[in-house]
Amino acid sequence: MAEQTEQAEKTTVTITVDGRQVEAQPGELVIAAAERHGVYIPRFCYHPRMRSVGMCRMCVVEIDSGRGPALQPACMLPVAEGMTVDTQSAKSKKVQDGVLEFLLINHPLDCPVCDKGGECPLQDQTLAFGPGESRFVEEKRHFAKPIAISELVYLDRERCILCDRCTRFANEVAGDPLISFIDRGNHTQINTFPDEPFASYFSGNTVQICPVGALLAKPYRFRARPWDLDQVESTCTSCSVGCRIALQSSSNRLVRKLGVDVDPVNWGWLCDKGRFDFEAINSDDRLGAPLVRQGEELAQASWAEALARATEALDRAGRRPGRESIAVLGGARLGNEDAYAWSKLARTVLGTDSVDAQLGDGLPAQAVLGLPRATIDAACGADTIVLLGPDLKEELPVLYLRLRDAVVNRGAKLVELSPVETGMTRYATASLRYRPGEAAQLVRSLLELRTGDDRGNGAADPRRQAAELLRADSVVCVLGRPSLAEAPEPVCEAAAALVDALPGISFLSALRRANVHGALDMGLAPGLLPGRVSLEKGRRWFSREWGSLPSEPGLDATGILEAAANGRVACLVLLGADPLADFPDRDLARRALAGAGSVIAVDSFLTDSARQADVVLAASSFGEKSGTTTNLEGRVSRLHQKVTAPGTARADWMIAAELAFRLGGDLGLDSLEAVWDEIERLAPSHQGITRERLSSPEGFDGIVVGDVPDASDHQAPPSMAQSDSPGISGVAGHVKVDTLASTGMGSEARPDPQSGDQPAGAPEALGQAATVTGPRGMGYTEGEEPGAGAEAEAVEATVEAEHGSGGGEDVFRPSGGGGDQGTTPQRPPLLSWAGPGTTRPPPPRDRYSLRLVSSRRLYDDGTLVHHSPSLAPLAAGAHLRVHPGDLQPLGVSSGTRVGITSSRGRAVLEAVTDPGVPQGTVFVAFNQPGSAASGLIDVGQPVTEVRLETTPQDGDPGSGG
Amino acid sequence: MSRLNPGNVELARTIISRYPRPRSALIPLLHVAQEQEGWVSPEAMAHIAELVDLAPAEVLGTASFYGMFKREPVGRYVVSVCTNISCLLLGGEELLEHCERTLGIKPGATTSDGMFTLEDVECIAACTDAPCLQVNYRYFLRISHDEVDALVDDLRAGRRTDEVPPHGTLTRVRQDIRPERWVGRGAEGLPPEIR
Repeated sequence: MAEQTEQAEKTTVTITVDGRQVEAQPGELVIAAAERHGVYIPRFCYHPRMRSVGMCRMCVVEIDSGRGPALQPACMLPVAEGMTVDTQSAKSKKVQDGVLEFLLINHPLDCPVCDKGGECPLQDQTLAFGPGESRFVEEKRHFAKPIAISELVYLDRERCILCDRCTRFANEVAGDPLISFIDRGNHTQINTFPDEPFASYFSGNTVQICPVGALLAKPYRFRARPWDLDQVESTCTSCSVGCRIALQSSSNRLVRKLGVDVDPVNWGWLCDKGRFDFEAINSDDRLGAPLVRQGEELAQASWAEALARATEALDRAGRRPGRESIAVLGGARLGNEDAYAWSKLARTVLGTDSVDAQLGDGLPAQAVLGLPRATIDAACGADTIVLLGPDLKEELPVLYLRLRDAVVNRGAKLVELSPVETGMTRYATASLRYRPGEAAQLVRSLLELRTGDDRGNGAADPRRQAAELLRADSVVCVLGRPSLAEAPEPVCEAAAALVDALPGISFLSALRRANVHGALDMGLAPGLLPGRVSLEKGRRWFSREWGSLPSEPGLDATGILEAAANGRVACLVLLGADPLADFPDRDLARRALAGAGSVIAVDSFLTDSARQADVVLAASSFGEKSGTTTNLEGRVSRLHQKVTAPGTARADWMIAAELAFRLGGDLGLDSLEAVWDEIERLAPSHQGITRERLSSPEGFDGIVVGDVPDASDHQAPPSMAQSDSPGISGVAGHVKVDTLASTGMGSEARPDPQSGDQPAGAPEALGQAATVTGPRGMGYTEGEEPGAGAEAEAVEATVEAEHGSGGGEDVFRPSGGGGDQGTTPQRPPLLSWAGPGTTRPPPPRDRYSLRLVSSRRLYDDGTLVHHSPSLAPLAAGAHLRVHPGDLQPLGVSSGTRVGITSSRGRAVLEAVTDPGVPQGTVFVAFNQPGSAASGLIDVGQPVTEVRLETTPQDGDPGSGG
Repeated sequence: MSRLNPGNVELARTIISRYPRPRSALIPLLHVAQEQEGWVSPEAMAHIAELVDLAPAEVLGTASFYGMFKREPVGRYVVSVCTNISCLLLGGEELLEHCERTLGIKPGATTSDGMFTLEDVECIAACTDAPCLQVNYRYFLRISHDEVDALVDDLRAGRRTDEVPPHGTLTRVRQDIRPERWVGRGAEGLPPEIR
């Protein structure tokens, strides 16, 4: 390598674009190279994240590759040394005129009633590059318009210019080729198969990338005009992937989320749940004021009254002995700053360590934080990806897209270990089923096979294949909770076995809740403190600033609920948690809420659990507050407020600060910026992640916490390797080009030679784009954002730190003044996982029982989906998915309602045969409308065994579960 | 209803096995479906999609590209009259008009007895013998109006069935390709992961 460097080989290709010599990357397409150097070649079908097809001909320009100038499509032609590109020649201009005239033959020009009007590449590029008039006077073709091609997307075929973007997306990116070109020639149209809708989880992306108004999103249609939209950069918090978005509002109501292209995370894509669940934020069901219990009823109250009631309950509970007298459940809905404030409140003022951001539906926090971490890029760049978690397509859809891309386009090999088939199964080289509770046995057997001498001669055996793939140089395991009906220990054991056997392995967490990773980082888990340190090791460091801390680790979610059920919790705080819906064992959740002395809910909606509370404090929601969130990689990225919260709903951190004050404490947190500065100063893992960095271009992608290997070792991103700052800052970004900037033109959009004017619309639109989407433009700006004062403060803090610590590694400054001078505590070491503790073996197999598997579908009865009118009907409801061989002994066929009984309860569900569910197991989706899954699961058991029985048919109303 | 029948499913599997990738068998299978029913129904397309592991929309996309795959039921005899240049010069339009009168239908329609579907088509590569038409893709060259009437009468009466097979038999998909004549190695020639 070094020798090569010495020779200083030329690694770029020199081409001439409009008379200017520029350097391009080998293999880079002309359209991309020109764009990177500020020359925008108009296009419709070209999209940097998809294969070029040269479909629309809009990018045809005069290119000389050595044999004289010729008209060639810039999106199909890679650069070559000495190539000359002339986008300004008379011929290029004539082609553009001609192509646009053709594209407009059938386009209805119904721009005044088109959603896209005002941000339409066809509109804008016609203005900038097209002819002023058309010679075509014939009748345009007509179609019924628009038609619903799915529950979420409408198609107007008259507007379509057949660019192949949506169909390529559906096929190449989403892997759901449910739309296609139908018919031929002038009759060509995009459509679905009859009665088979475009029911893809990613259908909304086609609306975003459509260069005309042919694809329309039902939740957005006719809601706003693009020029009325106001937007901020933010991060989607529907799940923990942390897709970067532009959040748009009109008249103080959220109307749209658009995916923003960042290399390390979402590549511009969003899932439909993330894209459309803003509807819930606008819901009339939002809590706009606190509620307090008056007898049987919850009545609206003032904040003073509600906080007084809450304070009283906490104060009374705090005086009771016992480590669990106060417990705080939840926190994954919160931003990092909110979670930190609540973590500090719980440990200092409330004096409890019984806090848990997870609801018994994830993995032990020590494992999540302590295992070696991987980024999404690292996972995608690994030779072998081991999946040991839930169905990623259902729970973390955009991670599914990334991993699918790694398999399909980059040859990564997938080893899937799961109790039932998932959306990833078809992409797995080896997909192995394990019986619930026996994940560790399966992993150990593979590891034994791996080290065995007996190679080869079993190429067809998936176990051998899997074992062989585990010999790869780089292995990343995507680790989550495969089923809520089995305890997390077997998965942890399996992870421990992998760590022991494969020293280089790293883990990508697949916990799905929005900011669960940020909440864990902020210490919202028993035995943990902010910054990924244990209570024990971090005690000295934190107590200097925080004061006294709980003496021993508290209870996790299951422990808290068990204690509450036994009357040992005097006050239970539900921090955006709805255990009745989300805890795997509803029976325990019900007993816990009934048994808790008092319940305080901090929530944006009156959930089933919040209905049982004595005080409900109205919290502001996503889009209504700024801050930061942390994704499943540990990547911190920013959230921005776009609209105001309903009524008097408040940010969670403010509620924590207020409660502390009323309880006679003081968190010392008086602004969002102050909270982050304290996190940066105190949380060992977050040291150095300053607000300045977060609002810099670096922060636009998010900043990964902790020592996670640089993903660039593993892979060079494909198409985006072409541009320095893909998608965002330059005109390259399809998001910006297509939607945010309301224009298809680059900064060099050329003047119209005929008029000699600036291309109308272009500069203005670009100006907008620059201020709104660019990393600098989207940075903190005066007035709207945390502000200049905060920056100055931070600088001061750094200076102070340098002076104060006298060259030590330490930025710690005790606020109380004094303290013991001699021993400045060292920053505590970051957590490393000690492996699973004691584990319960699964019970022996039983001939008559089946093991229950339960995990989530994308559309469920969760709060956001439930309150989003467009999404709620998409929840499929609960079915019993069972192997045909297990249904046959009952003598009933698929579609029959059967009884399902566990030690916890009984339900009656429609049975659907599914060969993807192995014999001996049954699958019931979790938290579906009318779902019975959580009524069956017993968290006291390592696995949940169920039995099936026939039920009286003929619609017997008494048989309902 | 009109999925492929068991015999044709077996035939389909044989055809699929000739190609490195199942989807390559798509067009032959569309022929099989059309041979079976006289047209390619949505059920048949969905069935083919299952057999070659494609989405039904992809099968529809391909099937609808080709005018000779009929996606609606057609009469027992499809009469295709050429109106392209050579035929046009030698009376193709008049031939089409005559067929319209004889059959009492316009191009694209089917007679009420279900016997004939009339269509006007582009060049069918018999310019030296214009004007010409096809019935179920069998040529009738330099055909006069009287001959058209006689042909229609014969077919209605069940005659000349040896000359004009039932609609749908477009191509020889039932080939017996002996192993010694195989070219390439089929799926065997591909790495296992993309087979």
